[in-house]
Amino acid sequence: MTRRRRSLVAGAVLVGLLGAVALLSLLWTPFAVSDTSGGRLAPPGGAHLLGTDRLGRDLATQLMVGARIALLTGLGAVAIGGTLGLAAGLAAGFAQRWLDDGIAATLDVVIAFPTLLLAMLVVAARGASLGSAVLALGLAMSAVVARLTRILVKRVLALDFVTAARTSGTSWPRVVAEHVLPNVWPTLVVNLALQFGLAVLAEASLSYLGLGPPPPNQSWGRMLQEAQSTVLTAPAGLVAPGLALVVLVVGANLVADGLREVADPLAGRAS
Amino acid sequence: MVRYLVRRGGLLVASLLFASVALFLLLRVLPGDPANALLTVDATPEQIEAARRQVGSDRPLPEQFVTWLGQLVRLDLGRSFVSTLPVGPEITDRLAVTVPLALTAFALAIVIAVPVGYLCARWSRTWYGATISALSQLGIAVPVFWVGMLLVFVFALRLRVFPSGGFPRAGWADPGAALTALTLPVLTVALVMSASLIRYVRSATLDVLHSDYLRTARALGASSAEAMWRHGLRNAAGPVVSILGIELATTFLGTVVVESVFALPGLGSMLVKGIMQHDYPVIQGVLFVSTVTVLVIGFLADLAQRLLDPRLRRASSGRSR
Repeated sequence: MTRRRRSLVAGAVLVGLLGAVALLSLLWTPFAVSDTSGGRLAPPGGAHLLGTDRLGRDLATQLMVGARIALLTGLGAVAIGGTLGLAAGLAAGFAQRWLDDGIAATLDVVIAFPTLLLAMLVVAARGASLGSAVLALGLAMSAVVARLTRILVKRVLALDFVTAARTSGTSWPRVVAEHVLPNVWPTLVVNLALQFGLAVLAEASLSYLGLGPPPPNQSWGRMLQEAQSTVLTAPAGLVAPGLALVVLVVGANLVADGLREVADPLAGRAS
Repeated sequence: MVRYLVRRGGLLVASLLFASVALFLLLRVLPGDPANALLTVDATPEQIEAARRQVGSDRPLPEQFVTWLGQLVRLDLGRSFVSTLPVGPEITDRLAVTVPLALTAFALAIVIAVPVGYLCARWSRTWYGATISALSQLGIAVPVFWVGMLLVFVFALRLRVFPSGGFPRAGWADPGAALTALTLPVLTVALVMSASLIRYVRSATLDVLHSDYLRTARALGASSAEAMWRHGLRNAAGPVVSILGIELATTFLGTVVVESVFALPGLGSMLVKGIMQHDYPVIQGVLFVSTVTVLVIGFLADLAQRLLDPRLRRASSGRSR
C-alpha cells in the first residue's frame, strides 16, 4: 500500500467513524439533549460517560449531536461552494475575455475577505442559525472553488485534443461533459475535501463566539465555550469536543491527501 | 514596474469600492431595518418613524449610500446605536490591542516556522523530519481557540504564571501588565499560524533543494550552505512571501476568536459585541477597517514579491495569464 493509499484509508475511517456517530445520534443518544436529570457538572464516568455540563445535560449526548452539526455544516458548505464555484469557474473559463477578467477580479476581492468575517457579516444580516452558517461558509468557499476551476478549465481548453474537438464542431456542453469535467474533477475533489475541514473549523469558531446554530443544535464550538466558563470546576469538558474537531479535520485532510493520488497518479511516485 | 503599480493600485481602489458597496448592501438590503436596534417590541409608529429618521433609513438607498461614502472619505464612521459614542475613536483604541497582538504573533510565527520548515525539508528522509511534518499537519487541524483554552488551563490556572485573560485598565501606560496580558494570546496565534507556515517553508525549500541550479552550484564547488545562501534563499523566499501576505491578513482577523478567549478589548470583540447588539455602525465600521487593512496588506505583499523576483517584473511587460 502506498503512503497516499494509507492516508486515504485512515482518513476515511476517521471521518466514517464520526459519520456513524452522527447517524446514530438521529436514532439513539444516551440521554435526551435537554435532559438535565444528571445533576450539575457530574464528573466523567458511570451513566454519564463524559460527565454533565453546568445545566446537568449529558456531555456524551451533546458530543454526538455535535457530530451531526459539524458534518451537516461541512457537507452543506461543500455542496453550496462546490456547485456555485464550479458553475462560476466554468462560466469564466468559457467566457469572453472581458467577462472572464471581471469574474476573476471579483473572485480575488471575495477571496481577500476572510471566511470568518464573511460568515460574521451574514450572521449579522440574517441572524445566527445553522442556515446562516452553512450559507456563509458555502459562499466563501465558492469563490475559492471558482478560482481553481477557472484555472483548471483554461488549462484543459488549451490542450490540443480539446481544440480539435471544438474546431470540429462539438457543442460546448459536450466539450464540458466529455473533456473538461473528467480532467477537472479529480483536483477539485481534493480541494473540496480540504475546504470541508476549513468549513468545520470556521463553524466551530462561529459557535464558540456565540454566532453559530442556536440550541438545541449543540455544536462542538459552543460546547467548548460552555466548558470554558466552568474550566475551574470541570476541566474535563475541554477535552472531548476539541479532540472530536481535530479528528474530523485531520480525517478530512488525510482523505484529501490520499485523493491526490487519484487526481495525479504520478505525483505520489515522485516524492 | 510603474505600469504594474498603476494596474495593481487600480485593482486595490476597485476592491475597496467593491467592499464598501458590499458592506453597505449586505446590511441594508437584507430584511430588518437598522432602526430596529433602537426600538423595543411595542414601539408606536411615531417612534419607528423617528428612529428611522435618526438612523437615516427613511431615505432612498442610493442617497444613504452616498452619505455613507461621504462619511467614509472624511474618516467618520458614525456613532454607535447602543453607546451613542463615535465609532472611529473606539476602533483606534482597540487597534492598540489588536495590532500589537497580530504583529508580534506574526513575527513569532515566522521565527518559529522558517528554521523549522527549512530543517524539516533538509531532514525530509529521516524519521524526525517526518515527525515534525506530521505535527504541522496536526497543527493545521486544531481550532485556534482550543489551543488558547488549553494554554490558559496550563499556564494560567495550573502554573499561574500568566493571567487567564483581560487587559490592564491603564492599557499601554502599564507596559509590564500589558505585555503579560498579551503573552498567552500571542503564543496561541503564533503556534497555530506557524503550523501552516512550516508546511509552506518546507515545500518551498524542497523545491529549491531538488533544483538543477543548486546541483550545478554544488558541482562547481560551492559548499551546501554557500549554494543555499547565494542561490537558494531568494528562490525559496518568493512563494513564502506571497503566502505571508495572506497569513498576516488572516492573523489580523484570526485574533477575533483569540480575543474572545482571553477577554481582550480588541477589534474582534468589538465586532462580536456589535453583531449581538445589532449595532450597525459598529459592525460596518469594524468590518470596513478590517477590509481596508486586509486589502492593503495584499497589495504590499504583491509589491514585495515583485521586488524579490525579477522574473515577475519582466512578465508584467507582457500580459500574464
